[in-house]
This record gives sequence, structure tokens and C-alpha cells, in this order.
Amino acid sequence: MSWIENRFEEGLIVTSLDWAINWGRRSSIWPMTFGLACCAIEMMATGAGRYDFDRFGAGAFRASPRQADLMIVAGTVTFKMASRVKRLYNQMPEPKFVMAMGACTIGGGPYYKHGYHVVKGVDLIVPVDVYVPGCPPRPETLLEGLMRIQDLIRNSTIAKNRPGTKRETQVVSA
Amino acid sequence: MTPEEIADILKDKFGDRVTEVNLRGAHPHVVVAADAWHDVAETLKTDERLSFNVLRCLTSVDMPDDNEVLAAYDLYACDGTPDSAELWTKRHEFCVKVKMPRDNPHVPSVADLWPTADWHEREAYDMMGIIVDGHPDYVDGPDGRHPRRILCPDDWEGYPLRKDYVFPMSYHGIPGVTEYEQTRPMH
Repeated sequence: MSWIENRFEEGLIVTSLDWAINWGRRSSIWPMTFGLACCAIEMMATGAGRYDFDRFGAGAFRASPRQADLMIVAGTVTFKMASRVKRLYNQMPEPKFVMAMGACTIGGGPYYKHGYHVVKGVDLIVPVDVYVPGCPPRPETLLEGLMRIQDLIRNSTIAKNRPGTKRETQVVSA
Repeated sequence: MTPEEIADILKDKFGDRVTEVNLRGAHPHVVVAADAWHDVAETLKTDERLSFNVLRCLTSVDMPDDNEVLAAYDLYACDGTPDSAELWTKRHEFCVKVKMPRDNPHVPSVADLWPTADWHEREAYDMMGIIVDGHPDYVDGPDGRHPRRILCPDDWEGYPLRKDYVFPMSYHGIPGVTEYEQTRPMH
């Protein structure tokens, strides 16, 4: 993952260090502004006053992928955009997370049957950690997705070969 | 000016290049042959009685039964300059349709007369395959010169809004159809 993981010998207890690093990471997840379509409006609503992203520490939306931790793919991904999504994902530094927001990014959404130019799910392009269903998902659902990402971080560890160093995908129930 | 008068002016000037006149219904239009379209367009724009200075819309229609593709140009004549009091007082409107054979649809570009036709013709090429000759934003393809695609990526194959379009199975490695392996929309 990043430079500090898997560095110490096996058997070294890293609990407090783990706790501190994870607390820092989960309280300051900086998302990348990646609103492609209508879900971007809900993402903006979540970042606005009533449902606040900033109280989770995630209010600093970075425009550059080089400074972001979390890529919230909000909106329909087309074939033309797919290569750009992959490129931006590759430009993000580790540890990075991807949240597939909305029905279009989960499995093609309403364009599932007749969309000739729609990628049926962004997981065909980038590995996704949390799926947030909805069309568009309500801000509370998006915040639940963010909290699941925080749980993923909370349960990760920098020690070697222990459960928690590999990340598993989660689905938020709407 | 009524649609009848406009159609009469065109028929006087162009005779048999104006193939059909259909002034009944909600969309009075005239059908013009494709190779005469640029001359007709110049007349529509420059003649003082007509002076259509706005191309409102360019629609393309696919008619597989007649083996034809059609491009419908909706024109609008507006009064006044941007600073005048009668800004955009509409004088009259008209529609001209151009029919082309489906396997080789060519139509001359009117982007020099109405600059908005630039993007509209690119979309007509992208979605329906109407090859617009003389387009200012052209690209040399395997079949000749055609306008640059505007919506789909430049290496897209096929024209999506045709009735016999087959959905791509994959594009650059990304699988394109649903798990039921459907390649055409079933209605």
C-alpha cells in the first residue's frame, strides 16, 4: 500500500501506531471532485450545509488526483470517459479508495439495456471499494458510504500478513 | 410571409430541384435535392423577402423502408439587430428537408451561411452517418473526408441512431453489452 505498511518484522505489535495512523487517515479523507452527471448534484448537496461532508473531515474536495484519497465516481461513465477515469485513478497516490456512487456506476443504471455508449458499471475500469446505490442516492446514503470507507480504514493495519491489510468491497444498503 | 409564398418563390427559382412541397400539417416543409441544397440555402438567406438568418435546428431521420436518410433544416427569420427594440421579432419560419440514399448520403455543408450548422452537421454525421461535404471541421477517413465526430470518440465504428445499428460488444477492452449478450435494442 504505502511506504509504511509491511515494513516492520512479523510479530511486532503496532496497535497504538495503527490506531493513530488510521484515525488520522479516516478523519481527513479528501475526495476528488469527480462529478460526471446528475449524481454530482447530490454530491454537492452532501457537501453543502445541511448534510455536511466537512464534519467528517472530508470537506476538502481536491481537484487534482495527486492530492486526493477518495474518488467518488458520481455519474454515468461513458466509453469516451473510461480511459480518463482509469488515468486519473492511476494518478492517485496510495492509499486510495473508490466509491461508486449511483446506479450508473454500479451496473449501468437506467442505461443498462439500451446504452450503447455507457460502461455498465465503473468496476469494469477501476477497482471499487464501496457501492452506494440510488438514482441518485440521498445525501444520507452517500454519508453512509463515506462512513463505510472510514470503517475500512479503521480496520486496516500496517503490520505484515495480518487480516485487515487486504481490503474487501462493501455495499451500502440503501 | 406564409409558407405558400415561400414555397412559390423557391419553386420559381429552382424548378424541379424542389421535389416535393408539403404545406399541410404542423410542419410545412419542402423537399429539395441534395446537390442543389447549397444554392437553395443561399437564396433562403440572401433574398430580401425571405432572409432566413437563423438555422434553428438540424434534425436527421432514418427511413429504412424507403432506403433513405433525411436531414430537416428548421429556419427562422428574425427581425432587428441585437441592440434594436424589435429584437427577435419573428417574421416567418420554414423547414427544408433534404433526402438522400441511405448507403451514400452526401449533403453540402451550410456552415458558411449559418455558423451554427457546424456542430449540428457534426452531430448528423456522428449519429446518422450523413456525410457533409465541405465541412470546415473535417477529418480524412477511410471512405473520404467527413466531419469530425462530436459525441462519440473519434475511433467509434458505426452510426448509433440508425435503425439497424448493432451495439458494440466491447470498446478498447471494456465489455460493452449486458450479460444477456444483447446487441440490438428490443422493443
